[in-house]
Amino acid sequence: MQLARVIGTVVATIKAPGLEGVRLLIVQPLTRELTATGSPVVAADAVHMAGPAEVVYIVGAREAAEAMEDRFVPVDHAIVGIVDAVNPIRGDRQ
Amino acid sequence: MKLGRVVATVVSTIASPIFEGRTLLLCDLVDERGELSGGYLIAVDTVGAGAGELVLILDEGNSARQIVGEKTGPLRTVVVGIVDDVELGEPGRSAGAAG
Repeated sequence: MQLARVIGTVVATIKAPGLEGVRLLIVQPLTRELTATGSPVVAADAVHMAGPAEVVYIVGAREAAEAMEDRFVPVDHAIVGIVDAVNPIRGDRQ
Repeated sequence: MKLGRVVATVVSTIASPIFEGRTLLLCDLVDERGELSGGYLIAVDTVGAGAGELVLILDEGNSARQIVGEKTGPLRTVVVGIVDDVELGEPGRSAGAAG
């Protein structure tokens, strides 16, 4: 799973079966310092609550569809959680 | 599986049900010598790892769900071990040993 920031919404009327009612958001993957890295992707909002500019974590591949209510949907990235905080923990080897 | 170093915890109140009550660890990916290899993963802790420890990360959904005892759910990445030592070179011979 990776951190990402919600930067937009996708509106699509004609979609593959199973995607009706699924919120599609554009998310920008982030480094752990919360700076943008790589290209934005379209992710299904599996928590139904992700809002603009929020930091979320996303899962890719088959597990993305597992996040949806119908598990056999054509989804390859899904938002599976909203990040409240990333708390660094100090270790002896950091 | 991959090697990682635990650097942070991720706090999340709103998440898919499979993450409820589980600790999310943000782990830098490292190479066989423990050097940063670029990138990171957020993984569910199953071994009680923390505090900069070198860990073994599994990044495959079916195995991950099996470990936490769930049949379904968007879980793919779990910390499955705490690494004591990595030996390079011939098995049983430490990396620094010559000849």
